[in-house]
Amino acid sequence: MTLRAENISLHLSGFDLLRNVSMQVEPGMVTAIVGPNGAGKSSLLRVLTGELAATKGDVTLNRHDLNHWPVEQKAQMLAVLPQHSLLNFPFTANEVVGLGRIPHQTGTLKDAEIVAQALTLVDAEYLQKRYYTQMSGGEKQRVQLARVLAQIWLPCETGDQFLVLDEPTAAFDLAHQQLTLDIVRQLAARGVGVVMVLHDLNLAARCADNLVVFDGGLVAAQGAPEQVLTEQLIDQVFGVKAMIARHPLTNKPLVIT
Amino acid sequence: MRRVSSLWLFAALAILLPVIALFSMTVGTVSISIAEAFGAAVAAVLSGSEIAGQTQVILFDIRLPRILLAVLVGAVLASTGAVMQGLFRNPLADPSLIGVSGGASVGASLMIVLAGGAVESGMLMGLSLVAAGAFVGGFAATLLVYRLATSGIGTSVTTMLLAGIAIGALAGALNSLLSYFADNDMLRQISLWQMGNLSAASWAKVSIMGLVALVLLVRFPRDSRALNALLLGESEARHLGIDVQRVKRRLIVLTALGVGVSVALAGMVGFVGLVIPHVVRLLIGPDHRWLVPCSALAGAILLVVADSLARVVVLPAELPTGILTALLGAPFFIALLLQQRREV
Repeated sequence: MTLRAENISLHLSGFDLLRNVSMQVEPGMVTAIVGPNGAGKSSLLRVLTGELAATKGDVTLNRHDLNHWPVEQKAQMLAVLPQHSLLNFPFTANEVVGLGRIPHQTGTLKDAEIVAQALTLVDAEYLQKRYYTQMSGGEKQRVQLARVLAQIWLPCETGDQFLVLDEPTAAFDLAHQQLTLDIVRQLAARGVGVVMVLHDLNLAARCADNLVVFDGGLVAAQGAPEQVLTEQLIDQVFGVKAMIARHPLTNKPLVIT
Repeated sequence: MRRVSSLWLFAALAILLPVIALFSMTVGTVSISIAEAFGAAVAAVLSGSEIAGQTQVILFDIRLPRILLAVLVGAVLASTGAVMQGLFRNPLADPSLIGVSGGASVGASLMIVLAGGAVESGMLMGLSLVAAGAFVGGFAATLLVYRLATSGIGTSVTTMLLAGIAIGALAGALNSLLSYFADNDMLRQISLWQMGNLSAASWAKVSIMGLVALVLLVRFPRDSRALNALLLGESEARHLGIDVQRVKRRLIVLTALGVGVSVALAGMVGFVGLVIPHVVRLLIGPDHRWLVPCSALAGAILLVVADSLARVVVLPAELPTGILTALLGAPFFIALLLQQRREV
C-alpha cells in the first residue's frame, strides 16, 4: 500500500504549478524531493496531504482516494510537518507534542510516555516544561518534529503510515541535521513511508532511497540517487556546474560545487 | 511567568464563587447581615406562605436573581472570550470581534428610538423590546460577518476578523445616526444600555440565561482539544484529524447565541470576555480543557464583585455594572502585564 499521486496537475490563479506529476511513496522507503525555489515542491506536498485539491489527477492513500478517508483515520496514518508554524501561544513542549496524540485514543498515561520518548528522540527532553514561545527556531522545529513523530509513534491498524516533512532540516545545526536523517531512516526501517523536501543535495543523496528532482512544475528525473544525480542534470535544473564524486565511506553520490 | 496548577486554580475559583455570591446577598442599599439572610431563608422555607416580608422580597426577588444573572452572564462572556481567542489564534480577540456586540447595540438603539416611550410597556415573555432588538441585531450581524468570510474553500478567520471590524464600524455609524435623531430621554437610555446593567434582573431572565449557559458549558468542553490543535494553525489541525470547518461553525454559532443573549439581557458589559481568559491563560497556560471552565468561573466572580460594588459605591443610587468591570479588571490586568514584563 502506498501514498500515490497520479498525473497531478495544479492550476492556481492563472499559474500552472504542477503538470502531470506522478510519484509514489512506498512504506519503508525514504523519498526526497529536491529542486530549485518555486519548482513546485511545496505545492506537491500540499496536494499529497490533501491541503490543496489537484485540478486534475488523483491522490490515493492506501488504495483509497485521500479525501474519502474519515479525517481521524487519515490523521492516524498521515502526519505532516510544515515548514513554518503559526503557534504563538505559550504551550510547553510537552503540551505541543501531546497535540500529536489527538487522533489516537491510547489514554493519558500512554500518551505521556510517548511524548517523553519523542522529545528524547529529537534531543529536546530538556525543553519539556519550557514555553514554546520562548524557544529558539531550531528548538521549536525539533519540538514540532517530535509532535509529528508522536502522531505516528505506534503502528496503525487501518493501514501503512506516512510522514511528510517540508524542509525538516532548514533550522538545524549540523548535529541536528544528522539526527533528523537518522530518525527518518529508523522510521523507514519500521515500515513508515517518508517523503520530504530537502535543499541540500548531499543530505538527500545520503538519506533517500528515491530521489525526485523537480523543475518548473515537472518531474525532471526520479529514481535512486546514484542514477539520478548527474553533472548534466544539476546543470540543467539548477544552472550550476558541479562535480559528482563518491563518498569515501558510504559510496553515495557527493555533489561538489 | 510560572504557572499555577490548573486543578488548583479551578478548585479555588469553584470554592470562591459561592462564597462571594453569598456575601453579595448581604450587600446593597438595605444592608442585611448573613445571619438575617439565613433566618429569612429558613422562615421562607418553613412558612411557605405567599405573604413575604420585606427582607424576603429584597433577598429572593431582587438580589438573588440579580446575582444569578451576574454569575451566568460573567461565565458566558468569559468562556466565549476564551473560545474566540483560541479560534482566532489571537490572545487579544474578544467575543465582540464577530460583530455580535455592534449589531446588538444597533438593534437596541433602534428599538429605543423607534418605540420611544412604548419601550418599557412593550414586554415579550418578560423581556423588553430592547432586549429582543439587541438579540436580533447581534445575531444578524454575526450571520453577515460569517457569510462575508465564508467562500467555497471554507471560512477564513482573517477575513472574518476584517469583516468584523467593518461591520463594527458600520454599526458604530448607525448608532451615532440613531443617537443624533434621539431626544434627550432616549439618548440617556441608549447610553445607559451601552454601559451594561444588571439591575433589571428577573427570574424570567435568569432562566433564559441559565438555559443558554448550560448549552454552552456542555458543548464547549467537547471542542477543547480541537481548539488546542487549532492554535497550531488550521491545516495542522486538519492533519491532526479535526474537522476544522465544522468546529468553527459550531463555535461561532454558540458564541453568537451566548453573547447575543447576554447583551440582550444585561447590555454591553465589556472587558470580561477580553481580559478574563487572558489572565487565566497567563496563570495556567493555553490548554482549553482547563482554560474555558476556569475562565467561566473567574468571569462569574468578576461580574458578581463588580455588580455588588455597583450597588453600594454611590448610595443611594447605583452605577451601571459595565463601568465597574472595567474599573476593577483593568488595573489587575495592567499589574499582571507589568509582572510578566519584569520576568521576561
